Amino acid sequence: MNEPLNNRAWLGVLPVLLIVAFSAVIPLMTVVNYSVQDIFDVNTRLFVGLDWYRETLRDPRFLDALLRQLTFSGIVLAIELPLGVLVARSIPRDGRWVGLILVLLAVPLLIPWNVVGTIWQLFARPDIGLLGQLVNELGVPFNYTASPAHAWVTLVMMDVWHWTSLVALLAFSGLTAIPSACYQAAVMDGANTWQVFRHVELPRLKAVLVIAVLLRLMDSFMIYTEPFVLTGGGPGNSTTFLSQYLTSMAVGQFDLGPAAAFSVLYFLVVLLLCWLFYTSVIANRGNEP
Amino acid sequence: MSRGLNHKGGYKQAHWVLLLYGLYLALPIYWLLRLALQSNQATLSGGADWTLANFAEIFSNPVWYEGFANSLSYVAINTVISVSVALPAAYAFSRYRFLGDKHLFFWLLSNRMAPPAVFLLPFFQLYSAVGLFDTPLAVALAHCLFTVPLSVWILEGFMSAVPKSLDEMARIDGHSLPYFFFRIFLPTIRGGIGVTVFFCFMFSWVELLLARTLTGSETKPIVVVMTRTVSASGIDWGVLAAAGVLTILPGIAVVWFVRRHLVKGFALGRVS
Repeated sequence: MNEPLNNRAWLGVLPVLLIVAFSAVIPLMTVVNYSVQDIFDVNTRLFVGLDWYRETLRDPRFLDALLRQLTFSGIVLAIELPLGVLVARSIPRDGRWVGLILVLLAVPLLIPWNVVGTIWQLFARPDIGLLGQLVNELGVPFNYTASPAHAWVTLVMMDVWHWTSLVALLAFSGLTAIPSACYQAAVMDGANTWQVFRHVELPRLKAVLVIAVLLRLMDSFMIYTEPFVLTGGGPGNSTTFLSQYLTSMAVGQFDLGPAAAFSVLYFLVVLLLCWLFYTSVIANRGNEP
Repeated sequence: MSRGLNHKGGYKQAHWVLLLYGLYLALPIYWLLRLALQSNQATLSGGADWTLANFAEIFSNPVWYEGFANSLSYVAINTVISVSVALPAAYAFSRYRFLGDKHLFFWLLSNRMAPPAVFLLPFFQLYSAVGLFDTPLAVALAHCLFTVPLSVWILEGFMSAVPKSLDEMARIDGHSLPYFFFRIFLPTIRGGIGVTVFFCFMFSWVELLLARTLTGSETKPIVVVMTRTVSASGIDWGVLAAAGVLTILPGIAVVWFVRRHLVKGFALGRVS
């Protein structure tokens, strides 16, 4: 792109700016504003500076939820990324089944998140669920509402079920963009399946995989609805993630100041993680020949 | 034929992977269907008697079918708003350079990183203050926070894949910009528009937290009706499962319409 500047193009962007200003900028400023005040009612407010931030950072429940959140995102990324790529490699590139396979893959992505929770609730419950009944038949007492470990396993299985398709579809769209000449060259050199994957496919998938990791990182960090329906954050607090804790603060207790400080910190953590990942990928790219 | 998998039993292995993964995807949905098609008593006692009573309950109870109508109305409003504001913006990003364009593009995308829970507090007050609370428009605008940046991103990819010579030829032929944009350019990228609709739908239809916060008794969406039923005394698993089955259908319809553009869409139009 080496055209001269054309600032009339701003007119085209204006409607988007107005919408985003209304739905993002004003609310974010409100949150920042609340986070530095102690609010008793509409007219009685007290400027408290960074007190709420200090309190939040010392709150053991916030830190526990953050640690759980990081663990959860780490686990689901570690499973969904390789599995998604494996599934994508298994889809035939052409033929009559491709369309049907892709549509079936996309189905979990289009199910409302609370329904995903409901589906897994119905599937995993020890009394009426297929999975719960089967595992119990095998002699392993399985009850995700009583055991934190079982709740975690169920949640991870649900998230893998829900989101691996996204990684698979992204990876598949990346694979179809690889010219067949690259494969022919590799086959002539006598490369085996693993070598083809490592040296032909993986480098060319990098761009879509970066998008996949970023999307999964952001979205797994926002997870709220599915655990809310499936476990309600329990047993105890063992599956209470950041969004759930924040929601209970903001809606249940009306602690405006602390909830606002929490919100700002939460957003900053997501931005920081995405930025760290993105810059490390860019830095790596600089080192390659 | 299938490049890269044409040696050393790659085929067989690929079939197994797809089969097992397909089974994993299908089993919970099979179980949902099964519970939806039998009465609650049969579910709890472990028997099996097939019935459509659960679906009949949903189609005869206004709380349920109005919930569906409410959800579809804000999803439709959101999709229309997102696509119509994103089209000119994406065209500007893809065809012109202007002051601050790159910063603006990335700032737009950074909104996608905001957890919805962060906006819970201010959204409720903002929309109450402007009198939009408990209207479909409130939920539609709130979802725009996520769907508009994504729409701009996807459409920009599809538009950048169209060679600029198309624009220039139209100019030489004497067509005005609006004529070119609506009569020549938009039909060229209709696949991209379909995919954008898919992604808007994919976010707005599935979201619960903001939809729950911004709606009251008038516009309660189906996802909220479902969670309220859970908390009521004694859960009717059959009706819940039937509602779940019905919420899956619109998604399948949408994905079926864009199936040919899906792969290109996931690569944001950059796959030739």
